[in-house]
Amino acid sequence: MLLEIQHLKKTLNRTPVLKDVNLCLNKGERVVIIGRSGGGKSVLLRHVMGLMQPDEGQVIYQGVNISILSDEEINPYRRKMGMLFQNGALFDSMSVEDNLAFPLHEMGGYTAKEIRLKVAESLEMVDLPGQQNKMPAELSGGMKKRVALARAVINRPELMLYDEPTTGLDPIVADSINRLILRLSDKLGMASIVVTHDMVSAYLIAERICYLHAGKIYFEGTPQQVQSTEDPLVKKFVNGISETSDAVV
Amino acid sequence: MGRWIIEGVHSAGGICLLFCNIIRCLFRYPWRWRLILEQIYFIGLKSQFVVLTTGASVGAVFATQVHFQFVKLGMESAVGPTVSVAMCRELGPVLACLLLAGRVGAAMAAEISSMKNTEQLDALRAMGVYPIEYLAVPRFLALLISAPLLTGMALAVGIGCGYLVAVPILGVDGAYYMDNSIKFTNFMDVSIGLSKGFLFGIIIAVISCYKGFNPETGTAGVGRTTTEAVVNSSLAVLVSNFFFTIILNNLFLGN
Repeated sequence: MLLEIQHLKKTLNRTPVLKDVNLCLNKGERVVIIGRSGGGKSVLLRHVMGLMQPDEGQVIYQGVNISILSDEEINPYRRKMGMLFQNGALFDSMSVEDNLAFPLHEMGGYTAKEIRLKVAESLEMVDLPGQQNKMPAELSGGMKKRVALARAVINRPELMLYDEPTTGLDPIVADSINRLILRLSDKLGMASIVVTHDMVSAYLIAERICYLHAGKIYFEGTPQQVQSTEDPLVKKFVNGISETSDAVV
Repeated sequence: MGRWIIEGVHSAGGICLLFCNIIRCLFRYPWRWRLILEQIYFIGLKSQFVVLTTGASVGAVFATQVHFQFVKLGMESAVGPTVSVAMCRELGPVLACLLLAGRVGAAMAAEISSMKNTEQLDALRAMGVYPIEYLAVPRFLALLISAPLLTGMALAVGIGCGYLVAVPILGVDGAYYMDNSIKFTNFMDVSIGLSKGFLFGIIIAVISCYKGFNPETGTAGVGRTTTEAVVNSSLAVLVSNFFFTIILNNLFLGN
């Protein structure tokens, strides 16, 4: 077991966001968390990375309860993970090359030549060769996400966390990102948690889909089980049926 | 009113904690020399023009005003020491650091708060980098080095400009001016000025970084955060100047 989330609870601005979330992840496994906007998916992901601390419950990574560690104590565990943020979160004062080289500089142990090679290799992996000298402001939305993805995986993490990787992208770019996630997972053998409400992505990427509803994992199953379920709540979500559609008509 | 007091106490506590955290990081982590030098370039070198212009202007204007008053009393030769002591002890450090609070404090708060609002701070944390060590410590050290140096330059240029206005333009005797200035301005006056620059540097760095790390959200929020950083650090410089004056006078001059 790589990751275990037990009875996670979190309240933000007096609103309970996570009420009792339990989730397990094996090595190399790809789990997609779906759910409505504002339903706490990103909050859950941030708990895994230790960017938020739970009110109750724990996040156990490789047998260690990381949810009780301080911002500095958790750093060795964070370096084993990678995270793709919703908007890429590239450092806008640095070039693409410096952005990608940043985690390697921080880890240490690489020569300048090795870093250059690894940066070039990572950019090729995300189909953006030769873009080292561009600044983030010069990149399109899809390119930013790819560069951010290359940065997140450059030190070969054991666990990748993706926060809405295809949101705001056109279907072609979204598909290329999805295939990239699959390729990275297969090629590098990393486990992945993908948070999305894009069902096309979810079906393509997931080995297991978890539906987060009302602060709990309401439904869990393979993509086939999700597609064939008769549960009305899950059906409404995956088919994109609004609860208020009748009232509007 | 109650809410305002609670927010004030909360901010003061946060600023003290950040200061302690920065000091702890200074000893816990290796110093990032490249970032420190970058910040010294931005804070120190790039602020030189505005700080020196202010120093020159204040020195010249102060010498002129003092001359207008002293000439009525027949004390023209006292213009030099009055200008130099005032520049060293008060005008040099306070004005140089008020300008630093405006220029550098605003930049620090805006940059860090934008990074926070665009998840760049979270990205740093996700890569196992402690933001206070990476962002606040180099800025703190750079301001600690740059503020006293800029203060020194401002007061030197102010005194120089005072001389240039008083002697060739207003007709004060140059020999008396210089002799009295040297006689009544001693090393302790300069030390008080530079110490104030150093202490104001700490205040500006910590308040501006605190505001940057705790911004309001959105584009308008970044603007408000930047304004607050400038206003708060400027007010802190002015208020603390009174206490530093008493403490440093006791320390250096024993009065």
